Amino acid sequence: MYAFDYTRPKDLAAAAQSFAGSDEPVYMAGGQTLIPTLKQRLRRPSLVVDLGALPELKGIAVAGNLVTIGAMATHAEVAASADVRRAIPALADLAQHIGDPQVRNRGTLGGSIANADPAADYPAAIVALGATVYTPTRSIADADFFTGMFETALEPGELVVKVAFPVPKRAAYMKFRNPASRYAIVGVMVAETASGIRVAVTGAGPSVFRVPEMEAALAKSFTADAVKAIAVPVDDLNADLHATAEYRAHLIGVMAARAVVAIA
Amino acid sequence: MQVTLKINGNERSAEIEPRTLLVELLRDTFGLTGTHVGCDTSQCGACSVHLDGKVIKACTMLAAQAEGCSVTTIEGIAPANGPLHPMQAAFREHHGLQCGFCTPGMVMSALALVERHKGKPLDEATIRHELEGNLCRCTGYHGIVAAIAAGARAMEG
Repeated sequence: MYAFDYTRPKDLAAAAQSFAGSDEPVYMAGGQTLIPTLKQRLRRPSLVVDLGALPELKGIAVAGNLVTIGAMATHAEVAASADVRRAIPALADLAQHIGDPQVRNRGTLGGSIANADPAADYPAAIVALGATVYTPTRSIADADFFTGMFETALEPGELVVKVAFPVPKRAAYMKFRNPASRYAIVGVMVAETASGIRVAVTGAGPSVFRVPEMEAALAKSFTADAVKAIAVPVDDLNADLHATAEYRAHLIGVMAARAVVAIA
Repeated sequence: MQVTLKINGNERSAEIEPRTLLVELLRDTFGLTGTHVGCDTSQCGACSVHLDGKVIKACTMLAAQAEGCSVTTIEGIAPANGPLHPMQAAFREHHGLQCGFCTPGMVMSALALVERHKGKPLDEATIRHELEGNLCRCTGYHGIVAAIAAGARAMEG
C-alpha cells in the first residue's frame, strides 16, 4: 500500500467535508474490495474516509411494503435479519451466499453497489425488486443506478445512504458461483413485483441487466420451460478464464429456470 | 496516528501509520504471532480473528478501523500455560492439523461457526459450508471437520 491519511468522521456532514478537503480522497465502507485494491497499489488515495462510524448509514427497517437497509449494513447482518428474511427471503438468501463468513462480517450493501463489480450479487436484487438507492441529496431508481462495469450514477463525493427494496409477491435468486471466489459467474433473480415479473441478471454482462423476453414469457406461463427456450444474445456477455460468453448465455436460462422452480 | 483497542481483554494503544493492517498491528507491534499471514489476499483465512465477537480476516482490515473494538486472537481463547480450549483440544485429539499453518485461523473460524449455530444441529455439510473462508494447503479437511464437530460437542457439554 502507498501511504495515505485516514479519517473516521462521526456524521455525513463531516464525511463530506473531509472528502471535499482532499485532492485524492476515497470513501471506505467495509473495505473488502478497497483494501485488496490498495494492497495491489491499483489506487493511490491521499485520504481514506472511513464510513464505519456514520449513524445515518446504519440499520435495517421494515415498514409497510418497504425493506430499507442502511448502506453500512453488512452481508451477515442482512442475512441474519429476521425482518428481512420474513419480508424478502430471497434477499436474505442472496446476502447469505456472498463471499465467505469473514467477508460477510465486513462487506456492506453500500460498498458493494457503489463498487458495481459486474459479478456482485446485490445488483440483481436492486434491479429485480425495483429498489431505490438514496444518497444524501437524491434518490436514484434501480434502472438508473448501474451505468456500466464498475460504474454507477453516483457523482464524485456522493455516497449511498440506504436502499429501499419494495417487498415482492415472490422472488428467488439463483447463482452459479465461482467455487473459489463465490462471485457470481451468472446470478439471476426472478421476482413477481407489483409492476409485473422481472428477471435481472448479474455476472454475465458488464453490468446487471433485465431480460424482457423472459419476463414476457413468465407473465404468460410461470414455468421453467417458459424461460429455458429463450436464448440471450452472446454479443454483450463477458468472457474470461472462468466461462465463455456462450456458456454464460446458457447459464442465464438454467439459473432463471431454477429460480422459477424455487418460487413457483 | 494513535489507535486504542482491546486485545484479548487488555486495553492496548499504539502509534501507527494509517496504512497499517490489523494483522500487522497484532503481529509486529504486539508480538501476537499466532495470527498468521497466509495469502495476504483475503482468501486463506489464516489471519482470522474475532472483532467484537465476529470472525474477520485481519489482513483485510486497517488497524485504524479497529479503534475502540475488542479483538480476540488465538492467544486469547485459553489461559497461557493452562489447559487448551476445548476446540484446541479437539484439533489435537482428531488430528485437525498437518503442518499447522492454517490452524489458528481454523480454530477462530470454528469458534465463530459454533456460536452462529448455537442450538442448531451442526452436521458435516454445515461445517464444510461455514469453513469456506479458510483454506488448508495440506488439504487436511477431514480431520479439521471431525475436530470441529467434536469441539462443538465438548463446548456444549
